[in-house]
Formats: sequence, structure tokens, C-alpha cells
Amino acid sequence: MTQPTPIPTEPAPLLRIAGLKTHFFTDDGVVKAVDGVDLTVEPGKTLCVLGESGCGKSIMARSILRIVDRPGRIVGGSITYRAADGRSVDLAAMSPTSAAIRQIRGSDIAMIFQEPMTSLGPIQKIGKQIVETILLHRRMSKAEAKETAIEMLNRVGIPRPRERFEAYPFELSGGMRQRAMIAMALCCQPRLLIADEPTTALDVTTQAQILDLIADLKEEFGMAVMLITHDLGVVAEVAEDVAVMYLGKVVEKGDVYSIFEEPKHPYTRALLESVPRLGVRHAGRLPAIEGMVPHPLVRPTGCPFRTRCRAFMPGICDVHQPELQRQGRTDVACFLHNPVPAHG
Amino acid sequence: MRGFLLRRLLYMIPTLFLVSITTFIIIQLPPGDYLDALAADMGEAGVENTAVMEALRQQYGLGQPMYVQYFKWMKGILLEGNFGISFEKNVPVNDLIWDRLAWTFGISILTLMFIWFTALPIGIYSAVRKYSVGDYVATFFGFLGLAIPNFLLALVMMYVAFKYFGQSVGGLVSPEYLNQPWSWAKFVDLLQHIWMPIFVVGTSGAAALIRIMRANLLDELYRPYVVTARAKGMSEFQLLLRYPVRVALNPFISTIGWILPTLVSGEIIVAVVMNLPTTGPLLLRALLVQDMYLAGSMILIVSVLTVIGTLISDLLLAWVDPRIRYQ
Amino acid sequence: MTMTQTELANAAESNIDPTPIVLGPWALVWRKFRRHRLAMVSAVVVIFIYLVAIFAEFLAPFPTDQTSVRHTFAPPQPLALFVTDADGTRFRPHVKGLKMEIDREAMRRSFAVDAERIIPVGFFVKGYEYKLLGLIPANRHFFGPLDPRDPMYLWGADRLGRDMFSRIVMGTRVSMSIGLVGVAVSLVIGVAMGGLSGYYGGWVDTLIQRFIEFIRSVPTIPLWMGLAAAIPLDWPPLRTYFVVTVIVSMIGWTSLAREVRGKFLSLRGEDFITAARLDGLTDREVILKHMVPSFSSHIIASLTLAVPLMILAETSLSFLGIGLQPPLVSWGTLLKEAQNIRSIIEAPWLLIAPGSVIVVAVLALNFLGDGLRDAADPYSN
Ligand SMILES: Nc1ncnc2c1ncn2[C@@H]1O[C@H](COP(=O)(O)OP(=O)(O)O)[C@@H](O)[C@H]1O
Ligand code: SF4
Ligand SMILES: [Mg+2]
Repeated sequence: MTQPTPIPTEPAPLLRIAGLKTHFFTDDGVVKAVDGVDLTVEPGKTLCVLGESGCGKSIMARSILRIVDRPGRIVGGSITYRAADGRSVDLAAMSPTSAAIRQIRGSDIAMIFQEPMTSLGPIQKIGKQIVETILLHRRMSKAEAKETAIEMLNRVGIPRPRERFEAYPFELSGGMRQRAMIAMALCCQPRLLIADEPTTALDVTTQAQILDLIADLKEEFGMAVMLITHDLGVVAEVAEDVAVMYLGKVVEKGDVYSIFEEPKHPYTRALLESVPRLGVRHAGRLPAIEGMVPHPLVRPTGCPFRTRCRAFMPGICDVHQPELQRQGRTDVACFLHNPVPAHG
Repeated sequence: MRGFLLRRLLYMIPTLFLVSITTFIIIQLPPGDYLDALAADMGEAGVENTAVMEALRQQYGLGQPMYVQYFKWMKGILLEGNFGISFEKNVPVNDLIWDRLAWTFGISILTLMFIWFTALPIGIYSAVRKYSVGDYVATFFGFLGLAIPNFLLALVMMYVAFKYFGQSVGGLVSPEYLNQPWSWAKFVDLLQHIWMPIFVVGTSGAAALIRIMRANLLDELYRPYVVTARAKGMSEFQLLLRYPVRVALNPFISTIGWILPTLVSGEIIVAVVMNLPTTGPLLLRALLVQDMYLAGSMILIVSVLTVIGTLISDLLLAWVDPRIRYQ
Repeated sequence: MTMTQTELANAAESNIDPTPIVLGPWALVWRKFRRHRLAMVSAVVVIFIYLVAIFAEFLAPFPTDQTSVRHTFAPPQPLALFVTDADGTRFRPHVKGLKMEIDREAMRRSFAVDAERIIPVGFFVKGYEYKLLGLIPANRHFFGPLDPRDPMYLWGADRLGRDMFSRIVMGTRVSMSIGLVGVAVSLVIGVAMGGLSGYYGGWVDTLIQRFIEFIRSVPTIPLWMGLAAAIPLDWPPLRTYFVVTVIVSMIGWTSLAREVRGKFLSLRGEDFITAARLDGLTDREVILKHMVPSFSSHIIASLTLAVPLMILAETSLSFLGIGLQPPLVSWGTLLKEAQNIRSIIEAPWLLIAPGSVIVVAVLALNFLGDGLRDAADPYSN
């Protein structure tokens, strides 16, 4: 199941995901939301995870923090996190309720979500929710925590932070809430921030502001960012590395220039073609690529993309599964580039 | 908050008005008016007192149009606190009812607490451990609690208590304490008796609330803000109580509004079976002998107090949930 | 080369498990309902109970008013199918006889089951005359003692020596039908009020909503008691029956009205309705194929859940003696016989038999309604 781990030649990454599989065991069958993802996040860098909605980006991200809801479960693979003291832990092997993983959540790895409207406790004051996080992970008195929280609110650009500390989420606009979410996520100075489509629910101007904010804070705190998005404009703007996901797998990954200049996987190409080259940021969702994402319960055999691929090769693509392999400057999983296995 | 309070108070007025109309209709329903019955009664007893009769006729506006009668009746209640006379017992209604009303509401409120203390933890457990054995057991007993009518449960409990524990049943205190002044021993005896009506009246409410709590919490458990709290590193128990339970509590509190009427209803019927010194038996008796001013007054007061209880629960809700307060 | 959707589907189908079939709304409801095993079992129980109600005379071996001074408070005689004696075991349905014991100290007669005596029981025996379904004159009964004069008290006898089993069977008709008729009345009021509310909106809506709130905020039992107590005792049973039904349905309609109103308002904006419109269906088709099913399945579920409430209400009122009156036999009037602790101690079956029947019926209806409600939302998970 697990591939032979390549001997690391560069300094160890902050996070290395290998062969991760997260499946949902529903009444109607097994939904393989994440089905063999390989990824690395380098310290201090921004990785964009790109893909149409439903291809398993959020579940992959939640798997890292072990917050996948039942009936979902990690059934294979590893998530190796290198802690500040240099030791490595496999998050995939931890119990999702253990104290060990709880110490990592929020303090080492923090996460912000897509829906700022519903991601904050609805009837608790913003300030209280931030203070609570601080007190969970840092040795501080309540008064100190409050000051830290207000400072953080100020830092993320919320005007009159001392006043807003006492506000309820429903008193804030979507953009302000997302800022508050960011303040909450960063109040323990995490080493990795996972942002799951943090701007999708916001209007265009606010989107830009939030992305800039995240970029600024990344520099300031020296943290790594995993930014999940289906907006190529976002990728072009902030990414250093890119991973393209399709149907629970990473089909291509590499640094942003290589991906944009020389996309190899037909899916990546289709994604890039569907965007007018000129516009840097594209406002809406990805324009549709031909065909539909298959029903999650009906996965194609062989290459997951073959039902929509223009270069589909009968007898090869529907028989064998392409593995992610280095080809030039990117890793790609496609038989146009990779050797076809001899048999079986 | 003040605006909210004012609005709720205003809403109450039409409700109270309707309650009084309904009660008045009930009082008027039996054929013949109250004084005919009284006259027949007095005639039997060999008393001729036309002067008294005429005064009463005047006071209640009998023989005059309905709205006049209603108006006079309400006037008596609102201005003088005069609920009329029980013709069966021939004493003012006021002398008969207040003790019993106090017990009825006392028991109802205790029952409400009982319901809360059982339904809350069980409901939470049921939701968090959905489809576990414990959840199925709770669900089953929940359904059972809803399926057994109060009076039936009361009878069964009395039977079991009598047959297997030899406990004296019925009443709130043992017969030997009936006319005793209050003492520690009597209080203990009261406690030994009062749990049974509380339990009986409370089961169906608790069953209903367990299901409501379970459903509410299941609605909340998978919300994004719970994921956020989990992603912050809170322990499951901590985050459960601080976030989803806190939110699920709102509908739970608002249920007091409708559960109070059913508790009062339940208490009345159980009191008849268990022969408690509360409103139930007196009301039933008054209705059976068509002592309508007594019955009507009780229905009116019970309803009004329930409406007030509902108001209190609404205010409580607004106090707990900022979203309602700020509306 | 572009692939059409069908080609894609074909390509996918060739070596993949079959795609889930697209089902109509009713089929979806049925599919979801079938998964609720408890609800399925309950459906069978409910059907059984209503069959008992319909064929009550056929199933009840004795008339409900047949008294027997010699058998007051006779205990239940268990039914057995086989006898074992010197000749071996044979199929011979029977009940054990009763013997009277006189307790001289307490000055009371009591009965005990006499294991020595066997009262043979037959099927399709002749008994009292009745009209099957109210039409066909008949005198055959499903079962009964071969000699009609023999006692056969399967569930014991009451204070007048009447057969509890027969009375409960006959009471099933009254109690279960009150549930149905009451629900029908609620349905009419509820749909009318809810429809008015949803259709006109504005102050009509406000008025009706306030009125509903009022009804919900007053304790029902005292109100019912007040209304029911006003029914003259000398009214003919049928009229009493109907008035009690109406009183009982006074509360049921409120939740229905809310449901109808809410559904009306929300359905119009639902995704699947919009989707159906976009698929090119006409308004009529949208209403018939999509709105009505999702609408009526909800209503059916609410109705099912209202039936047990009405049954409990009738039972409670009759138990207190202000609902149905004696010549009528309902579960409530039967329980009235068990009103004081002394009769329960002496004859527990007066409580246990009708009590269990009520609980089973109400439980079954609740489970059924719950299953229906879950299944009623074919478009949710
Ligand atoms: N609770 C769940 N039960 C079953 N399937 C789920 C559940 N949550 C997500 N999935 C499935 O997992 C797949 C990936 O979902 P997700 O990670 O949310 O996609 P996205 O890339 O848009 O973030 C989807 O096909 C979805 O159907
Ligand atoms: S492996 Fe085949 S089907 Fe899959 S992307 Fe490459 S060419 Fe297309
Ligand atoms: Mg997502």
C-alpha cells in the first residue's frame, strides 16, 4: 500500500502526507473522499491545493487535524509532522481524541474555514472564543489573554478591537468574521495555517483584503500556509507550490511557475485553459470543464480522470492507475508522461 | 430587552382576553343559569330568600345580554378579585381554590425541574452516542413515556407501590398527618409521597424533551462552529458543553412555554387518580355537579397562570440567547 | 473529441457498479420507510388493530353487555391448544374452568382457575347475532366456547361479570375510530386555516397564528373538561361520541395548520422545485409530481402522529367520566372501572388488559408516524 518513501534530499518538510486515504463508510457504500494523497508542505511556504469542488480537498485538510466527522475514517497512509523541537510525529496514527493531537490543533496547526457566517459559535462573544483558544495552549492569566486577543483583533484589521471583543458574531459582517476567525487561528502563533477556501463566501473586494492579510501574516509569523481553493486567480497570486487534486488524489504537483508554464496533466491543462489568461484573479468559480465529476460512489477504474480526459487511451487508462511520478519539474500522475506498467 | 419585554406583554393581552371569553362560554354552557340551580337548591332546603336572589341576579347581570354578563363577571374579578360563589358548597370561590392552586403549580414547577434534570443529560447522551445501545434504550423509554397516558401510569405506580412496597397511596401525606400542623416529620412524609405524582406527570414531558434535545443537538453537532472549536484543540466534552449544547439549549428553554400547559393538565388528571389536594379533584367535582363559577374560576386562573409562565420562559430565553434579545 | 453525457455514462457503466437509479418521490419515500424496521412492524400492528376494529363483533365471543352475576371479577382463563391425558397429546383448544371459593372471613366470593375442568373452545362457533360490517347479518364468531353457556374469560371479567376481552375488542372500534374521525376533523380545520394563513398572509395570517398560539398556551385538560362536562348525560351515545371527537380534535389541528402553512411558504423556493421547473415541467406537473408528494407525505406523517394524541385524549376524558358514557364501550370507559386502587388490587386485569392495549396501539402509531416523518423528506438524507 505505502510506497517506498524516497530518501529526503532537502531539509525535512514541515508536513509530509503520503498515501493518505480517508473513506466515508455510508449506508450506500464507501465514499473514497481522499484516496491516496501525496503532498508536502515546506516550512514558511504557501502551498495551494487546487481542484473542483467535491474532489476531497476539505476532507484531506481535515484529515491532517483529525477532525473528519463520522462515518469518515483514515484508512491508510501517513501524515508526518515535524514539530518545533525537530521530532516527527505521524498524525494519521494518533487517536482523534487524544491529548497529543489536541495539543497540535490550534497551537501548531491552525485552521480557518469557508463559512465565516457559521464557523464561529453563534451565541458566544468573539472575544471569549479567542481567549478560550489562548488559554488552551498558552500559559497566561485571563487578563493577559484578553490583551493578547485584542492585540490580535487589531492586527487582523478589525477597527475598534476593544469594543469588538465584546461583540457577538451576528453583529459582524462576513469579512469581519473571517478576520476574527483568522485572529483566533493565529492567536497561538501556529507553524502551519490551513485555510480551506477562506474567501469563497466573501465578495470580491473583501476576498482580496483577506488574501493580502493572510499573506502579510504569513511573512510576519514565518508560518507555512496550506491554502485550499478552486480559484486559479488566488493560486496565481499567493502560491509558491501547487497541488492539483482530482477525485481524492493529487494528480499533479510542483512549484507554481512550472505548473502554470508547463502543465502536464490533462486535468491541470483543462483547468488552466478554462481561465482567460489575462485576468489575474477570476471572480467566480472555475468555469466548467467538459463532463461531470463522477458520482462519489461510482469511481472509474484506472485513471480517475479518464471519463473526462481528451487523451484517454483505451486499454491503458481504464486498466492501470497512474502513480504520481517526477517528470521534469513537476510530479504528475498520467500515462501520457509516465511509463505504463507491464501487466496487472 | 425592554422593547422585547413590552412587546411580549402586549401580546399577552389578546391571549388573556380569549382565555376569559372561553372560560365564560364554558360557564354558560350548561343549560339554565346559575341562579335557577341555586333557587332549586334553596327551595329544596326550604329557604326562601328572594332578596338575596335579586341581589345576586343584579351582581351577575343574569337575564341581561351576554356581553353585559361577561362584563360584570370580569369586573368582579378584576376590580374586587371576586370569583363568585360555589353554589354546591355555598362559599365564595376564593375560599376554596387558592390552596389547591398553589399545590398544583408547586407540583408542576417541581415536575419541570425533574424533567430538566433528567432530559438534559439523557438527551445529550442520546445525541452524542447516536445509535448506541444507550441511545436505543433512551429512545425506547422515551416512546413508552409518551405512549402511557398519565392516569394509567399513576394507576400502575399506585398498584405497584401498594402491592409490592405496602406504601399508603393517594394524597400528599399519610393519613395520620392530614390535619397536623407542619413539622419535620410531616415534611419528610410529604417528600415520600410527592415524588410519585412528580414522576408520573413528568415522564411524558421528559420523554418529549429528550427527543427534542436529541434532535436539536444532532442539528448542532455537525455545524461548522463545532469543527472550529475542535480545530482549536478543545476536548470533546468541553466543546460539547460550551458550544452545541449551549445553542441546543435555546429551543429547549422555549419548550417550557408549551410544556407548562401540559404539566398543569397532567397534574390535574393525576391528582384525580391519586386524590391529591390540588385543583384536579375539585375541578372535576365542580364540573360533574356543574358548579360552574367554581369550575370556571379554576380554569381561568390555571390558564392565566400558565400564560404568565410561558411569558417567563420567553423572557428567560431572551436572557440566554443574545440573538433574540437584539432583534 | 467531445464526449456527450450519455457516452460518459456508458463508458463509466461498462466496468463500474451500476449508477443509482433515479426514483420518483413516492418510491423514494417508500424506499426510506422500508428501512425503518420498527416502523414497518408498527405498520403491521396498526393494520391489525384496525382490522380488529372493523371485525370487532366477529372477533368478540360475547356481547359487551352480557352480564353474569355468577362470574363477577372472574380472573383470566388462559387459552391452551393441546390437551395431554392418558391417550397422549391432542390438538384440542380449551380454557380451564373456574371454581368459586367463598372466603367466609372476608365475606367474599372469589374465583380461581379450576385445572380439573376443561371448557372446549371451537372456531367459527355460533353465538349472538350481529351485522358484519354493519350490513351482513351473521351469528358466527371467530372463536368461543362450544357450549355458549360456559364461561370463557380470556382477559377476566369485570364487576358485572362481563367479558373483558369482548369489551376491549369492541372498545377498539370506538377508541381507534375516534382517533381517525378526530384526525379527519383536524385535517379539515387545519388545512383550511393553514391554507388561509399561507394564501392570504398579512393580517389574516397574523390573526390565525395568534389564535393558534392562544390554543397552545392554555392547558388543554381543564378546557376539555369544561367543554366535555357540558355534554348532557342524556344525549344519545352517537351524538356524545361525535361531540367528544370534536372536542378532542380541538388541539390537533393547530400543528397541522402550521405545517400546511409552513410547507406552502417554503416549498415554492425549494431547490428541487426550481430544478423541476428548469427541467421543463409545467406548473401542473411540478405541483402534482413534486409538491404534492413531499407535501402530502408530511401531512400523512403529522396525521399519523396526531391519532395517538386523540386516542389518549379520549381515553383520559372517558376515564374521568366526562367523555364517552357507559353504553358506549371505549378503552377509556373500560379503564374507568379500574379507577380506584381497591378494584385494581382485587382485579388487576381491569387495569392491565385495556392499559396494555392502549400502550401498544399508541406506541405502534407513534413509531409508524415517526418512520413516515423520516421518510417524508425524500430529498434529505
Ligand atoms: N460526511 C460525509 N459522508 C459521506 N461523504 C462525504 C462526507 N463528507 C464529504 N464527503 C464526500 O467526500 C468528497 C470530498 O468532499 P470535500 O473534501 O468536501 O470536497 P472539496 O474538494 O469540495 O472540499 C465528496 O465527494 C463528498 O461527497
Ligand atoms: S492517465 Fe489517461 S485518462 Fe488519465 S489523465 Fe492521463 S491520459 Fe487522461
Ligand atoms: Mg471544501
